[in-house]
Amino acid sequence: MRVGVVTFPGTLDDRDAARAVEYAGADAVSLWHGSDDLKHVDAVVLPGGFSYGDYLRCGAISAKAPIMKSIIIAAEHGFPVLGICNGFQVLAEAHLLPGALTRNADMHFLCTDQTLKIENNKTLWTNGFSVGQEIVIPMKNAEGNFNCDDATLNELEQEGRIIARYVGVNPNGSRADIAGITNKRGNVVGLMPHPEHAIDLLTGPSKDGLTFFTSVLNAMVK
Amino acid sequence: MGKIIVEVMLKPEILDPQGQAVGNALPRLGFSFAQSVRQGKRFEIEVAGEPTPAMLADVEKAAEEFLANTVIETFVVKVEK
Repeated sequence: MRVGVVTFPGTLDDRDAARAVEYAGADAVSLWHGSDDLKHVDAVVLPGGFSYGDYLRCGAISAKAPIMKSIIIAAEHGFPVLGICNGFQVLAEAHLLPGALTRNADMHFLCTDQTLKIENNKTLWTNGFSVGQEIVIPMKNAEGNFNCDDATLNELEQEGRIIARYVGVNPNGSRADIAGITNKRGNVVGLMPHPEHAIDLLTGPSKDGLTFFTSVLNAMVK
Repeated sequence: MGKIIVEVMLKPEILDPQGQAVGNALPRLGFSFAQSVRQGKRFEIEVAGEPTPAMLADVEKAAEEFLANTVIETFVVKVEK
């Protein structure tokens, strides 16, 4: 299985994302923001970083990149897409996911090992978890505060589309402690913390993050 | 040459930590006038000639799709005289 990892100008975590893909047992394929060629990959990861220096709004300029046109069309047909941190911001700006990521409520840049509770294991990216499972993965962001209107929040809650919530103190002011969400179909997932940094105890606080990448393999190989 | 202005503000219900930080700093500097501060963005767009209605409609579209995120922001388009 081939999993694409997109590099935008200012992306930081594409190498770690590619490494996570390979740890999970898939081939990582580099995709370039300026091309609309998905190179026949079976899934795509939009990694973290500060694409376009967070100019305009985080993820706003990247959301209009040529590669995103192809990803939007593919995602609407069920193609698996995982957006991590800046990638989540890109997915929200591209309207593949609802809501927006705004400045952390306390103004701090967060860099911490964060405990999350998995709430939906039906998505292409979370099927290897059990519901209620607590995981610890790194989080590092200044604009991770998930915002949406009441109607959208109700819809997310009713449809079980909140895939993970922060456990303990809400770190950034996110509505309903939301750390990650999915679309109606469960093929597009956005997550603020970084599973690709938690795949090996040598470099991460746990190996919990690897399950996001093995989940998509399980789902696609079946 | 004409100039079109697009002003973007966070919706009132969206928390604005930047504006709050500025608002909290003002009294420390001896400025006591502010009850609250909200911070936004202003785009100054230079165009050839006087802006036409068609051009303004295009700017509205660009603001709606790109310059503002209408999930969290509002915008106004103006022509600078």
